[in-house]
Amino acid sequence: MVPLSWYLLLSAFLFASGVAGFLIRRNIITIFMSIELMLNGVNLAFIAFATVRHSLNGNVFVFFVMVVAAAEAAVGLAIIIAVYRTRETLNVDRVNLLKL
Amino acid sequence: MDVLTTPLTAFSQYFSKSDYVLALPMILLTVFALGILMIDLMLPEEWKRLNALTALIGLGFSAAAVFRIHSLLGPEVSCIPGFFGTVVMDRFAVYFFYLFLVGAAVAVLMSVKYLEIERENHGEYYALILFSVIGMMAMACGYDIIMLFIGLELMALSTYVLVGFLRRDQRSNEAALKYLILGAFSSGIFAYGLSLFYGLTGSTNLGTIAQGLEKRISANPNDPVVIFALLAVSTGLLFKIAAVPFHQWAPDAYEGAPTAITGFMSVAVKSAAWALLLRMFLFGFYPLRALYVPMLIFVALATLTGGNLAAITQTNTKRLLAYSSIAHVGYMLLGLIASDGTSNTTGIKGIMFYLLVYTFMNLGAFAVIASLRRREIIGDDLDDLAGLYKKAPVEAVLMLIFLLSLAGIPPLAGFYGKYFIFLSLVETGHFALAGIAVLYAVVGLYYYLKMANAMFMREETTAEPVKSSPSMSLALAICAIGTIGIGLFPNVFIELVNWSMSGANAATIAQLMH
Repeated sequence: MVPLSWYLLLSAFLFASGVAGFLIRRNIITIFMSIELMLNGVNLAFIAFATVRHSLNGNVFVFFVMVVAAAEAAVGLAIIIAVYRTRETLNVDRVNLLKL
Repeated sequence: MDVLTTPLTAFSQYFSKSDYVLALPMILLTVFALGILMIDLMLPEEWKRLNALTALIGLGFSAAAVFRIHSLLGPEVSCIPGFFGTVVMDRFAVYFFYLFLVGAAVAVLMSVKYLEIERENHGEYYALILFSVIGMMAMACGYDIIMLFIGLELMALSTYVLVGFLRRDQRSNEAALKYLILGAFSSGIFAYGLSLFYGLTGSTNLGTIAQGLEKRISANPNDPVVIFALLAVSTGLLFKIAAVPFHQWAPDAYEGAPTAITGFMSVAVKSAAWALLLRMFLFGFYPLRALYVPMLIFVALATLTGGNLAAITQTNTKRLLAYSSIAHVGYMLLGLIASDGTSNTTGIKGIMFYLLVYTFMNLGAFAVIASLRRREIIGDDLDDLAGLYKKAPVEAVLMLIFLLSLAGIPPLAGFYGKYFIFLSLVETGHFALAGIAVLYAVVGLYYYLKMANAMFMREETTAEPVKSSPSMSLALAICAIGTIGIGLFPNVFIELVNWSMSGANAATIAQLMH
């Protein structure tokens, strides 16, 4: 059996690449995909813990995280389309009307 | 056996009748929200304001259901667990339920005319407000991280859409986008922290997590995994209450959102985030107190400094009030620092009282700004307040009352909010923090009076009259009565807060659950 730490390392790697993508990329869609990647890291951690601890709650949490991610994608893409319609750009640096 | 009843009996094994009573406030809101979505399709354009009425009726029914739970919580019953311990209906939750319903009702009243002016009068708006209240309720009464996470996301997703509801307006779009991206990012971090806590303790129940953490932390007080998980979860929570350094979304989202939604976000959404934060820090993570208090002291000081200093230079009233609401979060965080959760609860009572007071005074201030929205005039600039006293003396005087209350001038409600926070700091010997907080209260007075100065001393810039609508007048009246009433008769409300705190501690609930 693959030890727990491997799963956790992979999950941490997925999460960290999500965070890195969120901070580095400038395209709104890519940023959004990075957030999904973070949530996948979370899911993997939950599944790994649930298997090791023989508890179902972690698996249930994963289903809900997937539902939330889907809902977030639906709402997010709708908002992105609305932004694109008023500005014709998907670069976050050019969405800058509200300032300090 | 009858074929039809078999699945029903199987179902009733898992859910008791009392579970339905606990979920009734949320079920009713769901029914009314779906009802609005369907009725909206049949309404002609000029009847769209009926949606607001439906929403208000729904909130009223929900309040009645909350009152039912309220009456079940007698002197000897301090909490009712339900749904296998994933929900705990205690007085703490009931108190927050009332706050959410009042905040949502006033926001609905503020929206009626505003949406007509913006020509975005759709039923989805009111349905989304109700959906977000359902999420808030799940956050306040949840006792399981799954429940709390779903509640948080339901509230957040509804609010993202509401912020971007003026879809033809560039500012509204941009605000929604920034709120969505940063909100989803913080939820991701929050969920990662939750996964680590689940891994550490093997349970999603807050009570069991607390017990597991107690064992873990007594073996090694500086367990790096626990610290990392706590940091991740706190980041998510502090983001939601808009504490510095996780506050960047707040001024943008508040400025771009429709003004009624800005008001709704600054009170109801914020109270819900506080309910979640208090639930997690006082019930789930109380064994980690020694770890999180130093962190909270840093965050509270940064929040007070960042909020107050940034507010001074603002020229947009919505943005100014956004920074002021960040500063108010700083005061409330001081209450959490002062209270140790068991022997001294003045700080927690202070936070809950502060949230009640804040609901009325901040919604009132946003209601006045929303009433300045006219055709061709957005009304959210400091110059738009100029000469308001000459044009609309009632609105100007009410605004002055709300601003003075926000600044904490006695005998208005805001004074008592700050008073209990400062009292709790002095009681627990945090004299330096109390001193700094008082100092920042003086800074706050400066920018609130700057707005008052514009209303009373400056000449008006446009001749466009300010016309109030009946629903807006009602919203203003509720806020004014709340702000002045709590200031004049604080005892009634202090009793309410005392009631909501009695028996609401982790030990009692743990006893009931096992």
